[in-house]
Parts: sequence; C-alpha cells; structure tokens
Amino acid sequence: MRNLFLFFWKNYFLFLFLLLESLCVYLLVQNNNFQRASFINSSSAVSANILSATHDVNQYFLLKDANEKLLKENAELRSKTKESFSLILNSHQTVSDTTFHQKYTYTSAKVVNNSTNMRNNYLTLDKGSNQGIKNNMAVITSSGVVGQVKDVSANFCTVMSLLNSKTTISSKIKKDGSYGPLMWDADDNFGTATLHDIPTHVRLITGDTVVTSAYSTTFPENIMVGTVESFVKKSGEFFYTVKVKLSTDFKKLSYVYIVENIMKDEQEELEKISEPDKKSK
Amino acid sequence: MVTTIIRNFIRFIILILVQVLIIKNIELGRFVNPFLYILFIIALPFETPKWLLLLSGFLLGITIDMFYNTMGMHAAATVFMAYIRPSILNLFSPREGYEFGTQPTIQYLGVPWFLSYSAILIVLHHFILFYLEVFRFSEFFPTLIRIIVSSVSTLVLVVLSQYLFQSKKEVE
Repeated sequence: MRNLFLFFWKNYFLFLFLLLESLCVYLLVQNNNFQRASFINSSSAVSANILSATHDVNQYFLLKDANEKLLKENAELRSKTKESFSLILNSHQTVSDTTFHQKYTYTSAKVVNNSTNMRNNYLTLDKGSNQGIKNNMAVITSSGVVGQVKDVSANFCTVMSLLNSKTTISSKIKKDGSYGPLMWDADDNFGTATLHDIPTHVRLITGDTVVTSAYSTTFPENIMVGTVESFVKKSGEFFYTVKVKLSTDFKKLSYVYIVENIMKDEQEELEKISEPDKKSK
Repeated sequence: MVTTIIRNFIRFIILILVQVLIIKNIELGRFVNPFLYILFIIALPFETPKWLLLLSGFLLGITIDMFYNTMGMHAAATVFMAYIRPSILNLFSPREGYEFGTQPTIQYLGVPWFLSYSAILIVLHHFILFYLEVFRFSEFFPTLIRIIVSSVSTLVLVVLSQYLFQSKKEVE
C-alpha cells in the first residue's frame, strides 16, 4: 500500500495531467450531446454580462446600418397590411375567416456575441426562458435564416449558427420545390453554404432562389436562405451539389427574430406515434 | 516571489481580456485564428511548481472556453501544453541549466532560443485545439492548413508582445 502511494506521489505530475485532461474531454463530450454544462458557457452570468457591455459600445457603430434595415422592414411590413390589399372575392376567401389560426410567433432579440471564423460558430442573444424562449426554436433576420436556439438560461440563449458543421436545414429551390439538406461544409466561407441532393432533372440557373422547405418543424416555410452561386454533378452521382450564396450577412448581425412554432409539439407527438408502425412493416 | 505571483496574475487577466475583447473580434478569414492568450503559459517562470503549471493551464483554458462557447476544447489544449512544457524546456536547456530568477523570454535567452521553444508549444496547442474542434478525420488537410497559418500568426503576436514588454523591463 505504501509503495502504491509512493508511486502515485512520484508520478503525481502525470496523474494530475491525466485527471485534468479527462475532465476536459468529459466536458467536451457532454457538450456534443446537446446537454452542455450550461453554467460555464456564455449564457452564464459573468461572461454574458461582460459581452453584453462591450456589445452596447459596439452597437453605436452599427446604428446607421440597423436603422436602415428597420426602415426597410417597416416599409415591407406596411406593404403587407390589410390597407394595402384590395379584396378579391372568391369562394375560398369568403369562408376563410375562422380557418386561419396563428402557427408562428416572433420575438425580437439583440445579438450580444457572434463569431464567424470558427469551424463551429455560435451566437448569444439577450432573450431567455423568462421571455419564453425554448431550445430548438428558429432564428431569422429580415434578410434570411440565422440558426437554431441551442441552450437557454434565464435571460440569454445561445444559438447554433448556420455557420456550424452540425447544422442541417431542410431547404428547397423556390421555383420547383425540389428539396435537400443545406449544410456548411469545410470548403464554405462565411458567405456560402452547400445544398445537397438536388435531383439532376431540375433545370438550375445561377441566381435561383433557395428558401426553407415545409418539412422542418423548426423553420417556417419560404424563409429566404440565399441564391444559387454554382452547381456541380460529381461523376457517378445522380444529384447536384449546389453552392448557395447566403442572403444573411453573418458579420453584421445585430437584431434577429426568434420564431416559435406553436404546433411543433403536436406535430412531433403525432409523428412519434406513427413511427413504430413504420418499423414493424 | 509575491511580486512574481501578482505580475503573473495581472498578465493572466490582461491576456484573457485582450484575447476575448480584441483578437476574437478581428476577422482575418476562416484560416487565421491567433490565440495570444497562451503566452501566459509560455512566459511562466522556470521554477513554477508542476502542479501549479497544470492548474493554471486548466483555469486559463476554461476561462477562454466560457467566452468562446467551446466547453473543454481550449482547456484540453492548454492542459496538454502545460504538461509538455517541462520536457520542451529540458530539451532546449543550456549546458549549465537555467539561471535562477530568469524567465523564458527573449530578454533572458535570446531570439533563436525563444522562437524554437515557443513555436513548438504553439504548434502543439493549436494542433490539439483545431482537431478537437473539427472532431473528424475527413477534413484532415484543410485543418492542417488552418493550424499552420494560425500558429504563424500566434507566433508573430507572441514575439511582438515580447518586444513591447522589453522596454518596460529596462525601466524597472
């Protein structure tokens, strides 16, 4: 027993190293499992407050841009109000009063931390569970998709940016609806992403619009993603790999919207019930 | 002794603030990510106890992790760097050993010694950090390029900051 202690004492440097390193790896693996030790990320009080203070300073330099964007958006919204539409009577619209119900709600939030030059990028927003934010909600701006809420604390939340190797967004070519997963591959920079699995019979043109598809329970349909920049068909494959120029400028994010899908739980529960049937067939 | 501890503590805080508030916001493209904060471990005095070396490495890494949202990644790299530091110091030690009270800096041991010593530590740190971040083998070569370019940029910053501190040394 004494020899054992002596052995540990002599090599304490190595054992301390192994102990600390395995603690790091444990934290790292936990982090990948979506259940992060939420007390030591940037949602935590100390770092989030420092970041939000520096952001308040930086904010002044972006005010002009933000104002222009808000004006543009106001104009866009005004053009969508009831007053700016003339009523067209047809058989569907006359009974549509009670057939529409709200499916998505929007919360605006301020970006207090953002990165674009890592392989896995995250944002921090100044809204949290006190404001009704839950994980997996969609995050968008007026110009396009931003990402998905990952972790939530009382007053902050972190967002897995589209610029992240783990992000996948179901997207489609707007003009004919063929869809595929949009990912951020190793050769993409902060302005592009890659859309996979578009069948080759689709007649793609550079500049085609790419929007979110209806198959995701997170994102509303037809949110702008970007435009087609180039597309290739690798030999032996039946699909195009499409480079998409993102419409969101990730370097200039300052205000975003968090979107909640009210019927998400209902849909997912229903799909879960049907799943065992699929497997038994 | 006490002044050394205080000086290193202040350096710890300043380096973290510089890294998080300034360098993190400089966008040099996807390939270049300098991490100046590891200068803290490079510049610790020779007679630092080994356990303190590992613990300060861990603290440094976990603090940076909080700001970068990368739980454990920086900590793993800095702990490894702290672990390997004594061996690297032995590898490059002068024949009569290091003088007591000196620090591993350019002023005491010259440019060639400092360059080779810090370059090895920086490359090892970046190697672990970037491969932990990517966590897959399919992007081996793009990551290797990022490691090389980022290491060079970190090294440049580390050497530059050494010259900034040198003028202060002469005043003392």
